[in-house]
Amino acid sequence: MDINSIIPLLLALAWLLPLGSFALIVLFGPRMGRAGRYSAYLATGAIVAACVLSFAALGFWLTEHFPHAAAHGGHGYETVQPISGEWYTLAEFGRLRLTIGYYIDALTLAMFCMVTLVGSCIHVYSFGYMREELSDVTDPLAPLANGQPLRRRGRYCRFFQYFSLFCFSMLGLVIAGNVAMVFVFWELVGICSYLLIGFYHERRSASNAGNKAFIVNRVGDFGMIIGMMAIWTGLGTFSFAEIFSQVRPIAAGYQLQTPEGLSYWLLVVAGLGIFCGCVGKSAQFPLHVWLPDAMEGPTPVSALIHAATMVAAGVYLVGRFFPIFTPEVLLVIASVGCITLFMAATIAITATDIKRVLAYSTVSQLGFMMLALGLGGWLAGMLHLFTHACFKSLLFLCSGSVIHACGTNEMPEMGGLRRKMPITAITMLIGCLAIAGAGIPTLIGLSGFHSKDYIMAQGLSFSTANPGFGSIFFYAALIGAGMTSFYMFRLWYMTFAGRPRDEHVHSHAHESPLSMTGPLMVLAVLAVVAAWNLPICKLGLEPLLEQARPVGTAEGVAGGMLLPNVTMPAEHLAHDPAAGIAVKAEWSAFAVALLGFLLATAFYGLRKLDPADARRTFSPLYKLFLHKWWFDELYALLLIRPVLWISALVEAIDKRVIDWLADNSARAVAAIARLDDWIDRIFVDNTVNLLAQWTYSTGLWLRRIQTGNIRQYVMWLGAGLVGLFVLMSLYWNYAMAGG
Amino acid sequence: MSIFTEPVGLSHFLVVGAVLFVCGVICMATKRNVLGVLMGIELVLNGANLNFVAFGSSVLRPPGTEGIGMDGQMIALFVIVLAAAEAAVALAIALSYYHAHATVDVDRGDELRG
Repeated sequence: MDINSIIPLLLALAWLLPLGSFALIVLFGPRMGRAGRYSAYLATGAIVAACVLSFAALGFWLTEHFPHAAAHGGHGYETVQPISGEWYTLAEFGRLRLTIGYYIDALTLAMFCMVTLVGSCIHVYSFGYMREELSDVTDPLAPLANGQPLRRRGRYCRFFQYFSLFCFSMLGLVIAGNVAMVFVFWELVGICSYLLIGFYHERRSASNAGNKAFIVNRVGDFGMIIGMMAIWTGLGTFSFAEIFSQVRPIAAGYQLQTPEGLSYWLLVVAGLGIFCGCVGKSAQFPLHVWLPDAMEGPTPVSALIHAATMVAAGVYLVGRFFPIFTPEVLLVIASVGCITLFMAATIAITATDIKRVLAYSTVSQLGFMMLALGLGGWLAGMLHLFTHACFKSLLFLCSGSVIHACGTNEMPEMGGLRRKMPITAITMLIGCLAIAGAGIPTLIGLSGFHSKDYIMAQGLSFSTANPGFGSIFFYAALIGAGMTSFYMFRLWYMTFAGRPRDEHVHSHAHESPLSMTGPLMVLAVLAVVAAWNLPICKLGLEPLLEQARPVGTAEGVAGGMLLPNVTMPAEHLAHDPAAGIAVKAEWSAFAVALLGFLLATAFYGLRKLDPADARRTFSPLYKLFLHKWWFDELYALLLIRPVLWISALVEAIDKRVIDWLADNSARAVAAIARLDDWIDRIFVDNTVNLLAQWTYSTGLWLRRIQTGNIRQYVMWLGAGLVGLFVLMSLYWNYAMAGG
Repeated sequence: MSIFTEPVGLSHFLVVGAVLFVCGVICMATKRNVLGVLMGIELVLNGANLNFVAFGSSVLRPPGTEGIGMDGQMIALFVIVLAAAEAAVALAIALSYYHAHATVDVDRGDELRG
C-alpha cells in the first residue's frame, strides 16, 4: 500500500473512534460500571487510540516526505502536494456535489496529532477532576425556589460522551476535504461547546453562557454561509483542491487570480465571509464576548475549547483558506487580530477570576495568530496555534487543579499555594514562561518564544515593507506581548506566591491526584519543547508545517485592487540575516516580556509597588478594563435591548391582534356550530323520527294479522287458494303457459 | 257427454283427488282437535298424491301421446315418505302441546299471536 491510501485510512479510523465511543456511551453509558465510571476509560481509550493512529499516519508521511531544506537560499522547504479525495457522495444537485472527502497535508496531520494528544491529556485529567460527578451532586450555585441547594444525579458519563463527540467533530473539521463538510463539523463543534459550557445547566449563569456562545457563533456562521455562497457562485465547487487550483492556477505560477465567473469583489466577499465565521469561532473582536463567559463549564472543557479544538478551528480555517485571501481581506484579518490582542490583554490585566484571566489571554493569543496570518505570516500564525494549544491547555488544567483544591475561582482569596501544590505551581510556572515567550534571544527558548518571535518578526517585516501605518501592528503586538507577560506572572504570583490571603481556603488546599498532575507534567514538557527541532535531522513542527504552506503564498502578497500600496512581505524575508529583522524583533519581544515580568514582580511578587495606587492613578483606564471595555453593556444597549423591545412589540401584536383574531374566529365557529346543531335537531332529527314512527305504527297495525289461531290460518290458506283459482280462471289463456 | 256417462278416465281421478283435497282443507279449518287437523292434512296430501299417480299412469293416458314415464309414481312415493315423517313430527308436537296445555284444542294455543 502506498501512503496515498494508507494515511487517509489511518486518519479516518482516528476520526471515527471517538464517534464510536460517543455512540456506545449514549447507548450504554449509565450501565458501564457504577454510575458509568467505565465510560471514562472508553472515551479515553478512543482518543488515545486516535492519537496513536495519528502519529502512525505522521510516521508514514515522514517516510515519504521527510522535510529537507529547499535548495535555493536555505529558506523554507518544498511544499508537498496534499492527498485529497472523496469517501462518499452525500448528494448531487446539478453541479453541486456534497461529499465526505479528505484533504490531507502536513497541517492536517499536525492538527490530528495535536488535537488527539492534548485531548488525551485532558481526558485523563478529567478522571480526577470530574470524580465528584460519580455520586449525587449538591450544587450550591443552583439554588431551588425554596432556597435549598439543588441535589442532582452525577453526570459522569454524559461528560465523557460530549467529550468524545467534541473530539470527533474537531477531527472531522480538520480532515474535511470541502467547505460544506467543514461547515457541518463547524456546527457540530458549536453544539458540543454549547452542551459542555452549559454542563451545569441548572446554574443560570452557565445556561446563559451556553446560549451566548451558541448565539454569538451563529452571527459568525452567518458570515461563513455568505462566504460559502460566494465561493459556490464563483467557482461552482466546494472542494478545497479545486478551489485552490482555480484561484491559484499553475499556469499563473500559483499567483492569485480571479478565474472566470468570479469577480475580484466576490473573492473579497468570500474571504471576508469565511473570516467572519472564524471571528465567531475564534472569539475575535467584535465577537469575543462569548469566550470569557464560556468559563462557566468545567475546567477540562475550558482547556479543550480554548486549546485544542474550538478556537483552534477558526485559526485553522483561516490558515486553510489562506490562498484565496486578497490583500484587502488579509489587512482586515490583521486589523481584527491586532484590536483583539490588545483589548483582550488589557482586560486580562484587571480580571481577578483565574479562569477569566486565562480566557482573555486566549482571546489575546488568538489575536496574535490572526495578526500573523493577516500580515502574511502563515507559518508564524500556525506555529503559534500549535504552541499555544500546548501551553494554554497546560495553564487551564493547572488552574483547574487550583480551583479543585481551593473551591474558588477568585485569585484574591488564594496565595501561598506553592508549598501546598508544588507540582501544579511548577508546571504552571512553565506554562507562564512559555506563553510569555521566555528564552535566550537568538538562541533557544520555550515553545512560545519561537512562535511569538516569528509573529514579531513578521510584524516588523511588514512595517518595513509598508512605512507609515505598518508599524501600528508591530507596536500593538509588542505592547500585547508585554502585557501577556505581566498578566501571566500576576496570575502566578497572586495564586502561588506570597502569604495565604484566606486561611480557610489555604488550609483546605491540597495537591491533586496523579491522574490530574500526570497530564500537567506531560503538557509542561510539550510546552517547553513543542517548537524545537530534533537536533540531528532537523525534524520539528516548523519544517513539517512548512511542507503544508499553500503553494504560491511563500512569496508574499501585494497589490490588491483597493489597496495597491499594501504589501504582505514574504515570510522568509524576516529571517534574512542580512536585513537583521528577526534579531531586532527577538530582542524587542524579549525586552517587553522582561519588562512585563519585572513589573508583575514589583507589584505582586516583591510588593514594592501597590496595585491599589496604580488603580487610583489610572482610575478611568482601570474602570474601562475592569468592565471589559463595556462590550457587554454596549451589546446590551445596541442589540439585546432592541431585540427585547421588538420581541415585546411582537408579543403585544401576538396577544392583541393575533390572539384576538384567533379567539373571535373560534367564537364564530362556535356560533356556526350551534346553528348547525339547531338545524340538525329540528329538521334532520325530526324527519328521521317521523319515518321511524311510521314504520313502528305500520308494524303495530300489521301484527294484528298474526292471531296465532291455526284454524284461521287454514281458512286464509283456503281462501287464498280459491282466490288464485278464481284469478286463473278469469285470466288464464294458453299463452301464459308458453304454449 | 257428462262426466257420469263417459268411461272412467283421467278426469274422474282428478275429481276424486279434488274432493279429497277440499275435504282435507275443510277438516283442517273446522276441527278444533289437533288429531283432527292432522287427519285433514293427511287427506290433503293423499288428494294431491292421487293427482300425481293419475297423471303418471300410462293406462289413463290418451292413446298416441307421450307420457311422463314413472315420474308421477316416484313423486307419490316421496310424498308418502314425507307424510310419514311429517306425521311423526306432528304427533310429537301434538303430544308436547298436550303437555303444555292439558288439552288438544288448537284454539286454546294462541302464543304465536303477533
